[in-house]
Amino acid sequence: MWDYSEKVKEHFYDPKNAGAVNEANAVGDVGSLSCGDALRLTLKVEPATDIILDAGFQTFGCGSAIASSSALTEMVKGLTLDDALKISNQDIADYLDGLPPEKMHCSVMGREALQAAVADYRGEEIEDDHEEGALICKCFAIDAVMIRDTIKSNSLSSVEDVTNFTKAGGGCSSCHEGIEQILAEEMEARGEKFVPAPIAAKQKNVVTLNSDELVIPEAKKATEEKPVETKKKAKTKLTSVQRIHLIEKTLEEIRPSLQRDHGDVELIDVDGKNIYVKLIGACVGCQLATATVGGIQQKLIEALGEFVKVLPVTEQQLSEIAEA
Amino acid sequence: MNDVYMDNNATTMVDPEVVSEMLPFFTEQFGNPSSLHSFGNKVGFALKNARKTIQTLLGAEHDSEIIFTSCGTESDSTAILSALRALPDRKEIITTEVEHPAVLTLCDNLETQGYTVHRLEVDEKGRLSLDEYKALLSENVAVVSVMWANNETGTIFPVEEMAAMAQEAGVMFHTDAVQAVGKLPINLQDSNIHMLSLSGHKLHAPKGVGVLYLRRGTRFRPLLRGGHQERGRRAGTENAAAIVGLGKAAQLAMDNMAHENTYVRALRDRLQEGILATVPNSFVTGDPENRLPNTLNIAFEYIEGEAILLLMNKQGIAASSGSACTSGSLEPSHVMRAMGIPYTAAHGTVRFSLSRYNTEEEVERVIQAIPPIVAKLRKLSPYWDENGPVEEPEKSFAPVYA
Repeated sequence: MWDYSEKVKEHFYDPKNAGAVNEANAVGDVGSLSCGDALRLTLKVEPATDIILDAGFQTFGCGSAIASSSALTEMVKGLTLDDALKISNQDIADYLDGLPPEKMHCSVMGREALQAAVADYRGEEIEDDHEEGALICKCFAIDAVMIRDTIKSNSLSSVEDVTNFTKAGGGCSSCHEGIEQILAEEMEARGEKFVPAPIAAKQKNVVTLNSDELVIPEAKKATEEKPVETKKKAKTKLTSVQRIHLIEKTLEEIRPSLQRDHGDVELIDVDGKNIYVKLIGACVGCQLATATVGGIQQKLIEALGEFVKVLPVTEQQLSEIAEA
Repeated sequence: MNDVYMDNNATTMVDPEVVSEMLPFFTEQFGNPSSLHSFGNKVGFALKNARKTIQTLLGAEHDSEIIFTSCGTESDSTAILSALRALPDRKEIITTEVEHPAVLTLCDNLETQGYTVHRLEVDEKGRLSLDEYKALLSENVAVVSVMWANNETGTIFPVEEMAAMAQEAGVMFHTDAVQAVGKLPINLQDSNIHMLSLSGHKLHAPKGVGVLYLRRGTRFRPLLRGGHQERGRRAGTENAAAIVGLGKAAQLAMDNMAHENTYVRALRDRLQEGILATVPNSFVTGDPENRLPNTLNIAFEYIEGEAILLLMNKQGIAASSGSACTSGSLEPSHVMRAMGIPYTAAHGTVRFSLSRYNTEEEVERVIQAIPPIVAKLRKLSPYWDENGPVEEPEKSFAPVYA
């Protein structure tokens, strides 16, 4: 069974706004039967104000598809169409206290239904740019189609490349066989041969036993959430300014990879172990935002040699911080 | 009210008698059966008895034809890879498109290594064409691997006849009988089956133990080398307690064979009749005339299986589904697709698999519970109107983003 949050269960067992809305003037039909999910979103929009007065859903799909649909209708009611369109699939997932990676597409379907309904109301055409493949990387919810397209358009040739471009394979690494397979196929198609990366010894993973003390690798210590006393740090404790400089320097190193995905990150504040950042561009509402923040946090932990918590802040929270 | 367990094709409860038979092998009977001393010797004798009982259950000619493994999947892999290594000049494999992933995924992988895999198609009731099969048998084929009974629909394949045809053509025959053993009478000595896989936890033994039956004289190459256990055919210290449990479970399966094929079958038939009579737009998948006595697979049209299971689970009823969402894959069950079941129905298939522990009261309770669950979900479905499917469902609701 899936590890569904209480919120998902609540919206599945007792869905809100089920059924079509009376006198609906916006309808969005999305999904794919072969994927087992299909959703019809009906909205009643007040023409003078563009405010969504009522919303209803009809869903053919699993527990999380029904819960995502229910959540979506609750979220959009009372919003103007423009404000409603700002809802990302991550917002829907967050509203439900998260979805399992295999189920993130349910929230994507909700977001697409909303776009389709708004397009229907405005008499616009929406572009069909969505294709889903088999899920390869479960840590970051990346499917085969996305990996294949990225390999193709960027002529990638190693698993490491794929991880850098898509994040796929950057977590537990059990999907590397699947990624290698796609790489081999795509490289063969462009007349190359896939050569696996050589096995390189990684110094940081080596555990050395001294005569009287056991040195545990840094990374392991960091995950135990204890302050790490690295050799370097033991000599010089950073001042606040030095620490912030180091945080900035580390973020600078991360930014190019985010910018490549049309996103970015900005340092807002440092308060003890809490590092506040602002996600910019495509990072906002990206379904992988949580993973991105996790990656930034890991990098900062490694750079600073201590446990820190990276917290993304919204505009609103930003002003609250400024006022405080 | 106790929960109702109708997912016995997934796994079964370990019979209490099996548990008590196993317990001493975790404590005082801890010896290594390979050891000379009495600690080991006693365990060795217990394994011998278990082997004998399984020989009887399978109707095998010799007890040395029984090789203990860790699970059904290991038995399947061992059998197929052994055939390929024993016959390196033969590069073809015949199987079916409705096999368990233990066989299909291995075959997919072998395909990438230069083997040709023939996957026999099934008709709308999940039946094979023996003519198609016969035409494929040749001296290029290293092994045929066909399941005895399908795990999703319970449909039984004519494996004995197919094994005879393979024998005629001089081809090795393996069957994944994980779902059949314990539910159907089996007599291997009178068959032409060379290899058979079974799994303990499908017949009220614990998880982590399986068997590969290997007919005497069949060419064999072990998967695991490194010890003399199982006569060098499966190295590794024996999972003694589990093997003893499997022996007891095999005995109980023989004792209950008639019960399974009369009482359990009648329960299943009542469940089928009760659900079909009260739920419109539902139908049985597979071949109802020729299936396991405990299995019932029903497609509920226009709704999705995981949603059905979650609502059933809320009422303490356990079953499983062929829906994509229960597995996290995007496609519904390969078995349902192979039979040409439309997507609107394939996603809504629910498998009820019973055992000798189910009761008439439980069956009646499930018959009561299902109709409101289906009705609730259909009320949410864009394919469903007040009292029936919308007219031309596929046309009236044709979502974007194919």
